Amino acid sequence: MNTLTRHGLFFIALAAVLVAVTYQVDEFWNYNIAGIAIFVIAAAGLTVLTGINGQLSLGHGALMAVGAYTTSLLLKTQPQTPLILTLLAAVITTGAAGAIIGVAAARLRGPYLAGATLALAVGLPQIATHFGSVFGGNQGLPVAPLSPPAFLGTDFSSNRWLAWVALSAALVTLFLLANLVRSATGRRMRLVHDDETAARLAGVDVERTQVLAFIISAACAGLAGSLFAYQLGITSPTGFNLTLSLQLLSAIVIGGLGSLFGAVWGSILLVILPLKISDLAGNLNLSSDVANNLPLAVYGGVLVIAMLAFPRGIQGALVSLVRLGRRAVRAAGPRPQVSSTS
Amino acid sequence: MRTFLILTVDGLTNGFIYALVALALVMIWRATRVINYAQGAMAMFTTYIALFLITHGVTYWLAFVITLGAGFVLGAVTERVLVRPVEGRPPLNIVILSLGLLIFLEALAPMLFGGQVKSFPAPFSRIDLAVGSTVLYVSPFDIFVVASVLAVMLLLTVFFQRTTIGLSMRAAAFRPEIARLLGVRVGNMLTIGWGLAAMLGALAGLLIAPAIFLYPNNMDEVLVFGFIGAILGGLESPFGAVVGAIVVGLVLSYVGGYIGSDLETIGGLVILIAVLMVRPQGLFARGRQRQA
Repeated sequence: MNTLTRHGLFFIALAAVLVAVTYQVDEFWNYNIAGIAIFVIAAAGLTVLTGINGQLSLGHGALMAVGAYTTSLLLKTQPQTPLILTLLAAVITTGAAGAIIGVAAARLRGPYLAGATLALAVGLPQIATHFGSVFGGNQGLPVAPLSPPAFLGTDFSSNRWLAWVALSAALVTLFLLANLVRSATGRRMRLVHDDETAARLAGVDVERTQVLAFIISAACAGLAGSLFAYQLGITSPTGFNLTLSLQLLSAIVIGGLGSLFGAVWGSILLVILPLKISDLAGNLNLSSDVANNLPLAVYGGVLVIAMLAFPRGIQGALVSLVRLGRRAVRAAGPRPQVSSTS
Repeated sequence: MRTFLILTVDGLTNGFIYALVALALVMIWRATRVINYAQGAMAMFTTYIALFLITHGVTYWLAFVITLGAGFVLGAVTERVLVRPVEGRPPLNIVILSLGLLIFLEALAPMLFGGQVKSFPAPFSRIDLAVGSTVLYVSPFDIFVVASVLAVMLLLTVFFQRTTIGLSMRAAAFRPEIARLLGVRVGNMLTIGWGLAAMLGALAGLLIAPAIFLYPNNMDEVLVFGFIGAILGGLESPFGAVVGAIVVGLVLSYVGGYIGSDLETIGGLVILIAVLMVRPQGLFARGRQRQA
């Protein structure tokens, strides 16, 4: 079975499971499943850029803002635009923005690239504040929530529909990216990451590969930003602050850098952990200053501890666990190895 | 002309504070090849300690000294407990570690000290001086800021060029193996370097808080501007970092004053990109070997 068929079957099975899940959970969790799916899209795109191609971006939140504002502006002028067009428009404009940033980024390395993208994360949302008449200023632009299509019935929950849309987008993105990273282009990206000189000697156009990775990654961020606008119901500069960019980067590292599975684990943790901690804080009768900040404090603490204890992230830990399990099974088998070194 | 003078003084004063952050970043970068993104959050935290002391009856100057000491301890402990164990791991892990510390400190501060925006005292008047009826656009506090930053820079120069420990630190940063052969305790030097850097950050926090107030992420932009300054200067050169940071301070002030205060950060972004497109290693870095 070739890669394409294998991936295709896997994603169809996964889609069936996820649809079943959206029927089992309530409104609140459908909303959060949509949130996880949105983060997965952006994180998977960032995985291609940072994990596979080795370009650090601290500014992907700003690219999500480009997607969100594209969708919001389109809906402001043409409220009847079909969903698929608003999503596509966001993907295209953000991809174009990514091309411009990518050309600049291809000249920069390490902390220089980090600094430039960090400035982007802080600076870009301010454009929305300054040109308030277009972008709605600090109040932002309202976005009408998605309404489920008529054939699903009138009592179909709008949060479940949001979850379906976000999950479909996430599955399509993951499917495309999973094929991309196993293609020749994906191998070129890895080569550029591992050894630029070797890549050049092998005839790889390093700059072109880097710009391409930035465009793909930005397009994903744009799609995520567009869906984020529907989920939040409003697009404002505060929704796309520096913390969002930092969360995306931390999600892919804590999930396991360079693996699309890692992007999924990281996104799940990113959404679920704060919810659980908020619940806990709510039950403990803490003062509001403590209760409101406990989720972030735990999140920061988890990042620090994870980097000390699990340097290869959740996916890395899972892989070692599976290996350990296999070894244990083998050791317990009928013919134990005599030379059981390591 | 009047606007220009006001903006220049503002830009210079802020630029000198950004220079402290830039110097702190460069010091840590040279020693451990790490950008400490938590630099600003650490400075915010020590500023809260200062405010706590002052509101509990400690005089400003005693609180000032204690805060600088607390900054040193915070930096040294961070290096020993958090950074040392991840040395040699992929660079991105250390980036995430310092981002984690940033997020943690910005959440811990409001839990301990309360989340509302607080004003922070200045030791000197912030009202502009006047000779007769001519206003000079410079306040005693502005002079204090610039003077103390200049004094710190002078002290650091003497420290790194004339004292044994300063020279050992430079040796440990540039050629750890050789320094070790000469009997320099490289590990201890790195700890002291982080401590000194955090102390510079603590000073920056104390000096900027009267102007921008104190709240959990009040240092975010200061860190970004200091970082931009350090990058403009080339990350390797303390002199370049100071020049870069002052340029950033001035440009932001002119952009904010003449074009629109919302666009300050974009102005910073534009000069950063413009300079990096011409010189991807910054203005004062030599050669291409510093790409890591």
